Amino acid sequence: MRQCLTKRRPPTWAIVGGFLLAAPVSWAAAPPEAASCIACHGADGMGNAAAGYPRLAGLPAQYLADQLHYFADGTRNNAIMSGMAKPLTATQVTALASYYSKLKPSATPAPMPTGAAAAEGERLALRGDWDKGIPACIRCHGPGAVGVGEHFPPLVGQSAAYIEAQIKAWKDGSRRGDPLGMMHTVALRMSDAQTQAVAQWLAAQPLSPSKSTPAKP
Amino acid sequence: MTTSFFSAARAVTDEAGLRRTLSLLACGLSALGLMATAAHAADAPSAPPKSEINAAVGTGAKFTPPPESSIPNDEFGKMVRLGRDIMLDTPKYAKAYVGNTLSCVNCHTDAGRMAGSAPLWAAYVSYPAYRSKNKKVNTYEERLQGCFMYSQNGKAPPLGSETLIALQSYSYWMAKGLPVDEKAAGRGYPNLPEPAQAPDYVRGQKVYEAKCIVCHAANGEGQYVNGETVFPPLWGSKSFNWGAGMGSYKNAAKFIYANMPYGMSYSLTPQEAWDVAYFMDAHERPQDPRWQGTVAATRAKFHDSKFSLYGTKVNGKLLGDIGAPKPR
Repeated sequence: MRQCLTKRRPPTWAIVGGFLLAAPVSWAAAPPEAASCIACHGADGMGNAAAGYPRLAGLPAQYLADQLHYFADGTRNNAIMSGMAKPLTATQVTALASYYSKLKPSATPAPMPTGAAAAEGERLALRGDWDKGIPACIRCHGPGAVGVGEHFPPLVGQSAAYIEAQIKAWKDGSRRGDPLGMMHTVALRMSDAQTQAVAQWLAAQPLSPSKSTPAKP
Repeated sequence: MTTSFFSAARAVTDEAGLRRTLSLLACGLSALGLMATAAHAADAPSAPPKSEINAAVGTGAKFTPPPESSIPNDEFGKMVRLGRDIMLDTPKYAKAYVGNTLSCVNCHTDAGRMAGSAPLWAAYVSYPAYRSKNKKVNTYEERLQGCFMYSQNGKAPPLGSETLIALQSYSYWMAKGLPVDEKAAGRGYPNLPEPAQAPDYVRGQKVYEAKCIVCHAANGEGQYVNGETVFPPLWGSKSFNWGAGMGSYKNAAKFIYANMPYGMSYSLTPQEAWDVAYFMDAHERPQDPRWQGTVAATRAKFHDSKFSLYGTKVNGKLLGDIGAPKPR
């Protein structure tokens, strides 16, 4: 982490390594700036579930660019990413966002949780909890939570740790920039148990939904 | 500077949370925490407008339908579940009767469970009833047929068809315990005060661009993923037709005020709701299936209301002037 914070120019080996590792995944050359991302987000752009570093591969380009701007200007309050994003020029932001948006995601879903928490996670993701004013995730992030358009990113392929941390960040205001404050509003209505349950359920979903996604529960 | 402000706000909130568990100062301190949150929100470029948790607020509804987990595991329960599934994904579960890309749930939030979002339990106890829409007494099944003909721009499932039996079973199951009463609190969409200024296209467009476009897209066409509707189209060929209830901008304004933006009920001002409803309903959409041969005759018979823009000129264009409805 310290390395991430202090590193301004990536060493040559990292750039070369980035090219070598990223190329087979996307068949497109990684921009030099991506070398700094790889340490945490991986050569395949799929992040690091254990550390809570998110998937970037295949996320909408506009969304990725927005997030880099938000880290730089403090709309999204994150010490590591702020340090990484601030030195980037607008051109570099565009190059990175474009590169990661085109990277094909690949991931093995986390094991499906069991018991009451799993059922609650599924209910929240597919139906929401309207008594508490919580809409279902899929109503905006799409069937299978695969993401919709430029402003509603995929939730599948993200780790439970990352999803849970983001909902909490919206709740406490350390993450902003969501359209109309929609996620802030939803997060304020979610209990910690609900946040954890839905994060774990989402993390266990496949990257592409099967054709017969049930309307349940 | 932003960072230090965040830290300060968080510190206050944390302190409030800690003390709340320890002393009677809880109320005062949580108020302080809320104030910090509010101040911080005011400073944010995307600060969410104040909203209520859902459309049920303000309807006076006391009735709550039973939880879905209590749907019985028997033949009747199977039909109830099919009704629920039709509500959630109409193009999939009632394919033969749907002519657009909308689902019931787009106008009946939470699969028709929520008060203030035209809940099916309140509708169920309100029929049979006379409707000026077709100028006769309608049974509940006939009322459901109307949704398919107009809102779904499709065709009526025959009386006794599985689609209608499923929706009727689901409605009945939700309404259990609610007395027969066409004035059941929570029915339809909550009343909205008359607008201070006459609804206006240009003001409505501004509301649309600020609050609706992120989901419903620039030309009202909605957004799709893998062929499934995520954000419903609000006008154009894939939306509801001119005969739908949502084509009355008064009805649309009531729905929007209580239910939109999604998850942010009552966050628009009543004026904004009226303006944006007018803007939505001032666009072209599929022909009214009750077509009388001309726009003027159809307007005279079915749209003689100041809340319908059908057959009126908006921006120099006669709305509804698109010829006879397509055969189904």
